[in-house]
Amino acid sequence: MWGYLFRRLMQSLLILLGISLVTFVLLYLVPADPARQIAGRSATAETVANIRAQLGLDQPFYVQYGRYLGNLLQGDLGRSYLQRTEVSTLIWARMPATLLLMLGAIVAELVMGLTIGAVAALKRNTPIDQSLMVFSFVTISAPQFVVGILLLYVFAVRLGWFPIGGYGTFAHLVLPALTIGLLGTGWYSRMMRSSMIDVLAHDYVRTARAKGLGKLRIVTRHVVPNAILPIIAMIGIDIGMFMSGIVVVESVFGWPGIGQLAWQAIQRVDIPIIMGVTLISACFIVLGNLLADIIAPLVDPRIKLK
Amino acid sequence: MTGQGAISGRGADPRPVLSVAGLTIQVATPTGAQSVVEDLSFDLMRGETLCLAGESGSGKSMTALAIMGLLPQPMARVAGGSIRLADGTELAGLSEAAFRKVRAKRISMIFQEPMTSLNPVMTIGRQLTEVLLEHGECTASEAPGRALALLRDVRITDAERRLKQYPHELSGGMRQRVMIAMALACNPEILIADEPTTALDVTVQAEVLDLIRALQREHGTTVLMITHDMGVVAEMADRVIVMRDGRQVESAEVGPLFAAPDTDYARRLLAAVPRLGQAPPRPVPDRTQAVVVADDLSVRFDLRGGIVNRVQARVHAVEGVSFRIAPGETLALVGESGCGKSTIGKALLGLVDWTGSIRVAGQQMRGLSPAGLKPVRRNIQMVFQDPGASLDARMTVGQQVAEPLVVHGLASGSELTDRVAALFGRVGLTPDHMARFPHEFSGGQRQRICIARALALRPKVIVADEAVSALDVSVQAQVLDLMRELQQDEGLAYLFISHDMAVVEQVADRVSVMNLGQIIETGSREQVLGNPQHAFTRRLLAAVPVPDPTYHRPPVPPRGAAPVSPVWPIGQEPRRVHLADIGGGHRVAEDDPQLELAHRGYAS
Repeated sequence: MWGYLFRRLMQSLLILLGISLVTFVLLYLVPADPARQIAGRSATAETVANIRAQLGLDQPFYVQYGRYLGNLLQGDLGRSYLQRTEVSTLIWARMPATLLLMLGAIVAELVMGLTIGAVAALKRNTPIDQSLMVFSFVTISAPQFVVGILLLYVFAVRLGWFPIGGYGTFAHLVLPALTIGLLGTGWYSRMMRSSMIDVLAHDYVRTARAKGLGKLRIVTRHVVPNAILPIIAMIGIDIGMFMSGIVVVESVFGWPGIGQLAWQAIQRVDIPIIMGVTLISACFIVLGNLLADIIAPLVDPRIKLK
Repeated sequence: MTGQGAISGRGADPRPVLSVAGLTIQVATPTGAQSVVEDLSFDLMRGETLCLAGESGSGKSMTALAIMGLLPQPMARVAGGSIRLADGTELAGLSEAAFRKVRAKRISMIFQEPMTSLNPVMTIGRQLTEVLLEHGECTASEAPGRALALLRDVRITDAERRLKQYPHELSGGMRQRVMIAMALACNPEILIADEPTTALDVTVQAEVLDLIRALQREHGTTVLMITHDMGVVAEMADRVIVMRDGRQVESAEVGPLFAAPDTDYARRLLAAVPRLGQAPPRPVPDRTQAVVVADDLSVRFDLRGGIVNRVQARVHAVEGVSFRIAPGETLALVGESGCGKSTIGKALLGLVDWTGSIRVAGQQMRGLSPAGLKPVRRNIQMVFQDPGASLDARMTVGQQVAEPLVVHGLASGSELTDRVAALFGRVGLTPDHMARFPHEFSGGQRQRICIARALALRPKVIVADEAVSALDVSVQAQVLDLMRELQQDEGLAYLFISHDMAVVEQVADRVSVMNLGQIIETGSREQVLGNPQHAFTRRLLAAVPVPDPTYHRPPVPPRGAAPVSPVWPIGQEPRRVHLADIGGGHRVAEDDPQLELAHRGYAS
């Protein structure tokens, strides 16, 4: 177990190193000039050049990356060009909001997705199953900003059940969490449905029936615990999908998380912040997958970590 | 409780506990409803064992499922007739809610696949207490104690520990014991056993059959047994119903049925059953040459772990095995599951990494690159156990038989078609079968196709890994005939891997018995099967069910405590057995303390 953890953490470090390199290369290649952004349109070429030299942007690529990596190893994510604050401070301040949104979204998608999938599998090939699958298809296909705006329009503007945007109470959380969660609901319901159908055909379900157990007990004790096993691994991957969604959703709902921070930084080519948010997202994904792998043997006695 | 106390298995009380009358079961197919059981009637008498015997597709399992109300929904249904319990309860068309009170409480069932019939994420204890609590047999606090008693009842070793274990930690035999414990938890009147030992090793089969008989005596349970194995029928049944294509062909007491079957079909079925000690003589192959020579062959699998994922232990699947096969000769490898016999077959084809030396048709296979291996593989081909799974469902069978020829660049165009057509003819199929897909064939036909595919490269050796084990006896006999014919005509050598002693006796010139990766006894068929020397071989042979109801098999001696595993930590190795020649090439492992441990209790 500990050996496994150690190896996985080492692998994770390599993954993060790779991600930092790829992100850095991409940002280096972007045709925008951060120095010009900082100096403003009216600044002279000399001022811009000064700022460039000050930030080290005139250095060759490998020097810039080497310096970045060196700072990173000391836990220093750099300073924002425009906000003149440590990137780590900025991210740290916005983390609670993002974590709250993530938690809300995951709870929403698991509750809705697993329930819909289970019901669809039990009512397989009936109109109920078909409508649920159409619903899941719609939630998978609809772009999140469309879903977000639609939910805002219906539940905030027309019905007035929830606030239009902002942060603070549970009511503020519902719509953004639903927007992100609906996409996951679609995925989880489809996976749960096929996993349940698979498990329902297993011999041990027949054994359970032969024991004279009731349908509810068979489903809750014998079918569902086996059907969610392949889905646990998906939750780790899902966190990656989640990170890509928050940039849009936090902007639509004015949610003060790191997605919004990233959105603002991208518009202003604030490279240290973009790098910082990317790395933090990568950490989430890597940790999410690790967590899924650690949880797996706890729910499936056949899996052993080696 | 049935209150029947001690009723012996044979000799029964003349009141039926279950009456089936005019039972018809239909299955929905794309071409409309099809009857899989038609107008079946029988009475199940209290305390007796009734066997429903027949080949696949005879409707015997469907009948069992119908009695339990477990027919696969919504495809299959009881279309007519009645299934009535002694108190008049009609089971055909009974509501699901009412059926729940019948299942486990009055009728229980155990299934063919103990490996998959238990919930993998629930402890054995929970699965046992669940059925007790469901039927209100005891309170929640009494349940663990009752579960323990049930496990002791089915003679499971280490019962306390088993309660906390999960199914994958138990062997197949133990899992079937757990299934039996679960089935008998509420003291049902009737136990339905659907091929309960088909998936088990023959020694384990004997133990489980002994157990069922003993429990039946203790509890007075009536047993309805479903089996294709006439040996099991002879051993277990009081009465037999022979079924074919959903209909009853013959119904008789077990003695008269085996002594003088009334119907043609029953006669043929019984005649097709291979019997130990009745194998026809075989031509003597010329043993001066050898087409396969394996020397000191070992196959080990690494088990990794720890911080840097180092090899921590090895599975010694095959350990220092040597043998030779002459042209036209059949060497049979026998042993229980996990003994390494299939691994040897895979090693010969280079499908697993091995050490030692293998020569095929004079060519050393050690150290060959994949490219170098390719021409050698032409000389050695394989036929597997499950012909359904070893054919690609999306390729025509003609393409699949042609594939080896194409891969080796041996034929193309019309020559290819001609050669494939000839191969189809060779295995008893016709060339117009070539354009069809595997699902259009029966199991026996599919195995013929697999044989045709193996023959395509005109190999000198065929490794047949349980090649007839999944087939019905009558089909099995035909496929064995085909293999024999091919051997005579082409001088083929076979490495015949099987757990079925009676089949081995039919086909083998020589037999090697394996245990824990090593050969422990080897010699001619007459020497090993007729005069077994090693305790392990004797135990294996003693467990084979004999298709003769007058024969009373002595109970199998209990197994030693823990089965010795082929897993060894790094730096330790199993001790190699030494085979001593006791005359005429009959070689037997000498006493070895380590193996002795494994066989403790085997000697009878």
